[in-house]
Amino acid sequence: MANARIEPGMARPAGDPKRTNRFARDFAINKYLYLMIIPVLVYYVVFHYAPMYGAVIAFKNYSPVKGILGSDWAGLKHFYDFFNSYYFLRILKNTILISLYTLLFEFPAPILLALLINEVRSKAFKRTAQTITYMPYFISLVVICGIITDFTNSDGVINRLFMLFGYDGQAMLQKPELFRPIYVLSEIWQRVGWESIIYIAALMSIDMEQYEAARIDGASRFKQMLYITLPGILPTIAIMLILRMGNLMNVGFEKIILLYNPVTYETADVISSFVYRKGLLEFGWSYSSAVGLFNSVINLALLITANWISRRVNNSSLW
Amino acid sequence: MKRDKGIADRLFEFIIYSILVVMIVVTLYPLLYVLFASFSVSGEFITHKGFLWRPLGFDLGAYESVLRNSGILLGYRNTFFIVTAGVTVNLIMTALGAYVLSRKNVLWNNAIMVFIVFTMFFSGGLIPIYLIVKGVGLLDSLWSTIIPFAVSTFNLIIMRTSFMGIPDSLEESAKIDGANHATILLRIVLPLSMPVIAVMILYYAVDKWNGWFYASVFIRTRELYPLQLILREILIANSTDSLSAGADAGDRFQLGETIKYATIVVATAPILFIYPFVQRFFVKGVMIGSLKG
Repeated sequence: MANARIEPGMARPAGDPKRTNRFARDFAINKYLYLMIIPVLVYYVVFHYAPMYGAVIAFKNYSPVKGILGSDWAGLKHFYDFFNSYYFLRILKNTILISLYTLLFEFPAPILLALLINEVRSKAFKRTAQTITYMPYFISLVVICGIITDFTNSDGVINRLFMLFGYDGQAMLQKPELFRPIYVLSEIWQRVGWESIIYIAALMSIDMEQYEAARIDGASRFKQMLYITLPGILPTIAIMLILRMGNLMNVGFEKIILLYNPVTYETADVISSFVYRKGLLEFGWSYSSAVGLFNSVINLALLITANWISRRVNNSSLW
Repeated sequence: MKRDKGIADRLFEFIIYSILVVMIVVTLYPLLYVLFASFSVSGEFITHKGFLWRPLGFDLGAYESVLRNSGILLGYRNTFFIVTAGVTVNLIMTALGAYVLSRKNVLWNNAIMVFIVFTMFFSGGLIPIYLIVKGVGLLDSLWSTIIPFAVSTFNLIIMRTSFMGIPDSLEESAKIDGANHATILLRIVLPLSMPVIAVMILYYAVDKWNGWFYASVFIRTRELYPLQLILREILIANSTDSLSAGADAGDRFQLGETIKYATIVVATAPILFIYPFVQRFFVKGVMIGSLKG
């Protein structure tokens, strides 16, 4: 963080130097800087803080005619409705399960990839492997989901492949029990390369002398990987893991709403997609805002907890 | 003993390369399949089952239909506008914020930083954002995908970190020569930050190019749809609920299978074509970002 102290002699303050209020002095020196940042501040106020204020409609019966201010208060009614509804447990369970499966299967994948790439001696092969595995990250979600839909359709190529192993050939996205595997596997496919970059960067800072010493002691390459490389990136892994924990209740809706359909709601519908559907498609503004606010608060709490743990365990934190 | 180790290491190497080759094939094959399918003769393709190792015949008909499709052309035009205007707005705003927040001895900077970073961790939620966008009159305009996303806080932090790395002495001497902040930003800070600017342009551009969700919420007029929304209609609309899908199911294109794939290629090629040349900038961005972590 920049040091906010004003050093003496930086500029001549207006009026008596000793008596001038430090705010006035700071303003005299930095007024053009403050002028420059006004557009940015306005942006944050209008598009971030105003919506936070707008979230009060969660406690009101919002009607577009009366506006945010004019709508009648509803107290905690929408929250009660949500907690008592059939959907509460369903979307809570789906959110946590999809998050956990992603954590369990998608999180280790880039670590493994980074370890593998690190062992490759051929520069050309290394470059090729990296370029190709990073690629899917840049393909738009709509296209990815289009490809997924197509490949898992009753005559799609993945479906055909599974039919060889006795799959019944129904469109896979119509089967609730297959939604989560499809979601997680496609996440791995799209993200593994990109997310490995950070681990590869961490690998480069490992002291080469350690490998030298291990070789002299006769350690095999596999042992070197296990006892030098892996511990070397452990701090990075820990930070990434803690960040993930902070986002446990934060499953993005974009991919979900591209892939799910009413048949798979029971396993696919998460908090954010529920908010989207109830609010923007069914116009339950207040109810949906209550659900969204509930999610935001949980997310913030989780993040603060994760950060606190990280500071304790790892001595590193987000703030 | 020594021989044993040699064999173990060779086996290790073999396993490493095998797994990587499998990963490369699994990553690449779906893309190749799409490419092959798009060039195939549609009659042959429809009757074909299973894997595809080359185009079935050679037919550019699918591409002709795609490039003649007015929806896709309009989508391309709208996306082009969103990317160019959007990235311009993003860059100006991010640079302004990053410049001010990277200055030392500014009393309010810490407070402003907290004010900005807090928005990364707490959001008012989808519905209030929609109401605000509606309130400021951006609904159903291409600007609704630009103005409400003028600054990405994450990118702002990356740019600020980079600006802070510029030696103070350069600015000090400029100040002595009577340069004001605008001059310092434009003549000293920005020219010295070209790598990070490149990273920013790429991040923002990919974001704008790929963005579809907010456009689907904010934009109603079909002529204003960006490419990704058109793609969604063609590729998946029939299997997902959306604001627009039900409305005009009738005039949704009746597209053959190969046309679908040609559409994917046409929409993805620009990004994947540029990507190998700019890959190192993306990687650099991750590195700068992780330093701040």
